[in-house]
Amino acid sequence: MSSGGVARFWREIPQRYNLIGNKCTSCNKTFFPPKEACPFCRRKSIGKMKDLILKGYGEIITYSIIYSSTENFQNQVPYIIAIIKLDEGPNITAQIVDCEISDVKIGMRVEKSFRKIQEDGYTGALYYGYKFKPCDSLLSENEKCECDTK
Amino acid sequence: MVDIGIVSYGAYIPRFRIKAEEIASVWGKDGKSISKGLGIYEKSVPSIDEDTATISVEAARNALKRCSINPSDIDAIYIGSESHPYAVKPTGTIVGEAIGATPELMVADYEFACKAGTAAIQSCFALVKSNLINYGLAIGADTSQAAPGDALEFSASAGGGAFIIGKENVIASINSTKSYTTDTPDFWRRAERKYPAHGGRFTGGPAYFKHITNSSINLMNKINSKPEDYDYAIFHQPNGKFPVSVAKKLGFSFDQIKQGLLVPNIGNTYSGATMLGLASVLDIAKSGDRIFLTSYGSGAGSDSFDITITNNIDLLKRNNAPLVDQMVKNKKYIDYGTYAKFTDLLYWE
Amino acid sequence: MRDVAVIGVGLTKFGEIWDKSFRHLITEAGSKAIFDSGIEGLEIDAMYVGSMSAGRFIGQEHIGALVADASGFSHLNIPSTRIEGACASGGLAVREGFLSIASGHNDIVVVGGIEKMNDVSGTAATETLAMAADQEWEAFFGATFPSIYGMIANRHMYEYGTTREQLAQVAVKNHANGSLNPFAQYQKEIKMEFVLNAPPVAYPLGLFDCSPVTDGAAAIVMCSLDKAKKYTDKIVKIIASGQASDSLALHERKDICTLDSTVKASEKAYKQANIGPKEIDFAEVHDCFTIAEILAIEDLGFVKKGDGGKAIDENITQLNGSLPVNTSGGLKSKGHPVGATGVAQIVEIVNQLRGEADKRQVKDARIGLAHNVGGSGATCIVHILEGM
Repeated sequence: MSSGGVARFWREIPQRYNLIGNKCTSCNKTFFPPKEACPFCRRKSIGKMKDLILKGYGEIITYSIIYSSTENFQNQVPYIIAIIKLDEGPNITAQIVDCEISDVKIGMRVEKSFRKIQEDGYTGALYYGYKFKPCDSLLSENEKCECDTK
Repeated sequence: MVDIGIVSYGAYIPRFRIKAEEIASVWGKDGKSISKGLGIYEKSVPSIDEDTATISVEAARNALKRCSINPSDIDAIYIGSESHPYAVKPTGTIVGEAIGATPELMVADYEFACKAGTAAIQSCFALVKSNLINYGLAIGADTSQAAPGDALEFSASAGGGAFIIGKENVIASINSTKSYTTDTPDFWRRAERKYPAHGGRFTGGPAYFKHITNSSINLMNKINSKPEDYDYAIFHQPNGKFPVSVAKKLGFSFDQIKQGLLVPNIGNTYSGATMLGLASVLDIAKSGDRIFLTSYGSGAGSDSFDITITNNIDLLKRNNAPLVDQMVKNKKYIDYGTYAKFTDLLYWE
Repeated sequence: MRDVAVIGVGLTKFGEIWDKSFRHLITEAGSKAIFDSGIEGLEIDAMYVGSMSAGRFIGQEHIGALVADASGFSHLNIPSTRIEGACASGGLAVREGFLSIASGHNDIVVVGGIEKMNDVSGTAATETLAMAADQEWEAFFGATFPSIYGMIANRHMYEYGTTREQLAQVAVKNHANGSLNPFAQYQKEIKMEFVLNAPPVAYPLGLFDCSPVTDGAAAIVMCSLDKAKKYTDKIVKIIASGQASDSLALHERKDICTLDSTVKASEKAYKQANIGPKEIDFAEVHDCFTIAEILAIEDLGFVKKGDGGKAIDENITQLNGSLPVNTSGGLKSKGHPVGATGVAQIVEIVNQLRGEADKRQVKDARIGLAHNVGGSGATCIVHILEGM
């Protein structure tokens, strides 16, 4: 049985698993997902774009709680969707997990988590990717987490 | 002789919990007496977007956070589980990609009921010892399912541990390892079936106890050690009673096993069980501590290990990732209905 | 560039129109517009049709050809083009028609907009609408279309103190207007509490902050101004057409609470018409969600950024206010058959400028503005019309 759409997902694995973006070495702006050329430096940036692994820490700049979803997210309702500003600069849209709906706040520090995003039904492929959770409150107070460097 | 062993480790336990009493109340049973009888009070439940792959990735990433190994230097990944997300397509490649270890990488998925993780450790150990690889990553993780209403429903839980094996900056040297394996059908799941079946009380004496006991005694005989020589001991924990009982039988004290005994609070994480027990011990171990570990996998077999903590333990940034105890305590209770939704007990069309 | 006029308009009822098919709806709207314009039909140089997703709603592509055929023009071999820009498809079709006349290429065109959304299940309709968002970086991760506007609303509340009550008031106002519009999907007034207590969809938006799923079609006939008098006295001039784009994903925008595409498109339109926001007498804006109307009146320059909620409180945009917004009932109450919306906005403006808006008539309506947006703001079209 052929399951369509796998190539479309596979192509984005470096981005979805590892937050690989890129940086224009001309103006130092960071992009996620990576851009072929810098929209600001344009021609000057050809050959000057460098891959960059984003660390996965950021801050929620807005969010919504979804009570009515498409079929493949129905069993997660209600869930939190947010726009997160990553420390390196780019914004990203992702679910917030491991967080009570009443606790999510604009300004909250979050870090990436590896989760199953979608399934292509019972027989199709599994699509993994990033969600974000509140910055690890489990780490001992004495220890610096990447968050604290902000 | 060069130390070969654990260079770093990581663990992951999902945060949802369901109490044994909650499960019992749905089936009209006496939760309090069941909890007491099994020695299990609550178990971990994976969120609807978690599975063995996601648990393995989080555990592996936690292991990498504690050390400064470049993930591309990991040359092999073996993941043991009874709940690999695919029957055909390895979990190891998903993890390999997610930690940046691909493409120069050896990968295979393992299965041997609850001991598939320690089998992965043995394989990585052998590959490092033979100089075929620099670092190997061994993971044991599960999101095991039990049939609704079955006794196993009280124990089958989710979690995983990841160990990077190498010969540089080893924090826990694997001095020796030995296994004991027979064809014993105590617990199994047929291909294409959703839930396991088991031989009831047959899973005790002829299965769990026979293999753990023999494997442990054989290893101690081989290296001439006694239970008193060890600071910590970890045994497979399908419930809270068996590991206490087998420890006693072998001559280990409750004090030796208590740090690695997690089942009363998180249930049996199957391929993750002894892995998490070992991670819990590593969280607090000091240089010079000696650890004895015997896993058990139905079908059946046990892997035993003699491990010594080295001076390098102090160089490992243990606090860079959550400790097992912190994850055990970081919990949110759910009811049976939510549990059914999360563990796919409900039929969708 | 020549001057362009609208000489005929037509509209079907908007709503759940079970007994009328896609073809039936567009030909109904088209024939009403052609009849209204006074042209025979043979004078038409070209057709432009706005339709977001006929492929997913009715399993049919090649819409330009279909509409020409269904309208009885295929034997005349008239050029017919389908234009797509998500929810801005209708406005884009109007602009393409406008440009073809202004450039001298065509003299008379018919522009239609159509969407037949109820032939698929509610879930399928929602999924199709979500295709206006970024599939790889928003929808893939679980963002629904309402949640994208929900995130805008949440941030607007955070930065400017906008309240849920102010959002709800937009719905109340638009339903009050819609109750006076015989073509509207919902023709009943609603109370604030009803909106606030409606089932939640995507915080802070509830069911009645969201425009509905609708079937419907609209059509206009446009003609070069110098030839328009030949056909009719009821002429309305299009004095500006401005279009702009922005990032597909909301998270890529410069400011979450500003639709730069609206700012830029309206700037271009005001410049073309040689006027400013103050000269606009009334406007049809794209209220796919209540927050969208608040953003629109800010980004179109009617009020300062952040003051959209206050403007609602001060009743500025009521039917009898100083700047009536969405006298038709807006997308909220009139309905939002996606491809038709941009064209339907023009129909309302033309009716107002002709003095034919009946119970919804704005006094001394001289200049009207139509604002049509695609997705969460990746496309925007602004047209300004003047009564003759």
